[in-house]
Amino acid sequence: MSNAESIPMRSFRVLTGVVLITWLVLPLIPLAIWSFARGWFYPDLLPKTWTLRAWEYAMSDTAGVLDSLWLTIGISLAATVLSILVGVPAGRALGMYKFRGKEIVELMILAPTIVPGIAVVLGIHSVFISMGLNNTVWGVILVHLIPTLPYMVLVMSGIFANYDPAFEAQARSLGASPLKTFWYVTLPAIRPGIIVGGLFAFLVSWSQYILTLLIGGGRVETLPLLLFNFATAGRNDITGAIGMIYILPGIIILLLTAKHLSGRSGAVGGFGQI
Amino acid sequence: MEVGHLSDRTKIFLLLLPAMFIIVVLFFGGLMIGLMRSFNYMPVIGLTEPDLSAYISVFTDREFYLSFLLTFHIAFTSTVISSILAIGAALLLRRSFVGRGIVNFLFQLNLTVPHLVGAIGMLYLFSQSGSFARLAHEFGMIARPSDFPALVFDPYAIGIILQYVWKEIPFIGVIVLANMQSIGEDYESVARSLGASKWQTFRYVLLPLIFPGVLSASVMVFAFTFGAYEIPAILGANFPAALPVLAYRKYTDVDLAARPEAMAMAIVIALLSAVMIYFYVRYSRRRIRG
Repeated sequence: MSNAESIPMRSFRVLTGVVLITWLVLPLIPLAIWSFARGWFYPDLLPKTWTLRAWEYAMSDTAGVLDSLWLTIGISLAATVLSILVGVPAGRALGMYKFRGKEIVELMILAPTIVPGIAVVLGIHSVFISMGLNNTVWGVILVHLIPTLPYMVLVMSGIFANYDPAFEAQARSLGASPLKTFWYVTLPAIRPGIIVGGLFAFLVSWSQYILTLLIGGGRVETLPLLLFNFATAGRNDITGAIGMIYILPGIIILLLTAKHLSGRSGAVGGFGQI
Repeated sequence: MEVGHLSDRTKIFLLLLPAMFIIVVLFFGGLMIGLMRSFNYMPVIGLTEPDLSAYISVFTDREFYLSFLLTFHIAFTSTVISSILAIGAALLLRRSFVGRGIVNFLFQLNLTVPHLVGAIGMLYLFSQSGSFARLAHEFGMIARPSDFPALVFDPYAIGIILQYVWKEIPFIGVIVLANMQSIGEDYESVARSLGASKWQTFRYVLLPLIFPGVLSASVMVFAFTFGAYEIPAILGANFPAALPVLAYRKYTDVDLAARPEAMAMAIVIALLSAVMIYFYVRYSRRRIRG
């Protein structure tokens, strides 16, 4: 089919392709330029002076950007580890067994991936007050489980649907303990799923804004909160630098997992929430 | 993980217990508390007489209707435009060509870029002193920033829609592309050899095959764009504000009496997403069976 393509048709394809890719990269460009700019005023197309000041500020100990970076990494790691610990068993149940009420369980796990955070977080906030969880890192980690856990369960149930439990039975019949069977037989088989699912669960937590804002009450200042504050305060240079730091993990994860990223794997669904 | 000699039923129960506990308590618990508070019903703090006052004041407030319509417009327009462009992008990227690897990487790049960063990028591109205004000035099309059309903080939410379209084209596109690849080109070849034009082949063969996939992805996009806070908070006008922004403002109002109204708005958002879940389940099931 493609051999018969006329030259105008081909140029049209290339042109639309170039426009598409340009559009997709475009919003990141002013952000990147701002991070190296000093007083980049209208109507200058490019900054008159280039500087590393915003980066020096972001990397300094006093600005709080680094503290915020570590805090965000910590919260996202904790939410990811908890999601793996709780999500892998649930994924096994849904991927390997048929049982009564399974459709309802699946629906209950699917619901948090579609219902927006603002719809549930107001209710949670009014209960967390009495439990002393508001304005705490633990409270924030807990609410991050609402988007990350269902996502992990869905990915793992896809993995377990293609998993053959016969190897476990063999290991057991050869005398391996349940723990050894899990460690030497089950885990190696599901490890790729755990890694990809975990990386994306990390990104889902990494990108949360309103859940952190409400439950953290502004005290738990993760990177997106800091970014929002600098952006609305008009500090474009520092916003640019924080923005670049903030998107870095996502790009690294994309580089690591590009080959797993077919739309067929459940992994892609998580991008609806980033 | 293999739990001794338990029956399958017990095993399934134990495997699901921790995850279901967290989801039921946090997600459904949060929804229930929101629902109760929206009816001013909270026995623990002495509110034992449920009433409809929050809903009455929400549904008699002009700002709520304007906000609801705006939010619906944002979600609907963004979803339709991104779906159409995503199908186009998938058609463009399904063939092999030189440099496909790098193009695919760039296509997927913004999947991992949070919406908030996209929104700030849009602000720097489309505000009246942004990159496009500067370009327009360079080419002598405008004299002052205020001559540039208002594309952010504007009543039609153009900036917000541009951001969503930017972000959701790859999301829907990746799903559609995988759909196309698993369907293959055989059906289309048959249609072509039977004399169908390119357009007919697309319209009557490929589109019906990918439609369930497109629809289930669009439903996720619609629900997200209807309920997202930070994007309209960065790019939206003050009045009317998008519904999630309005709900947040009501909730954090110094007047605590406004909180039930915020809860009522949260329930409106939840109900709308329940409708979306219905469509999602319907079409994703059909996709699995088809």
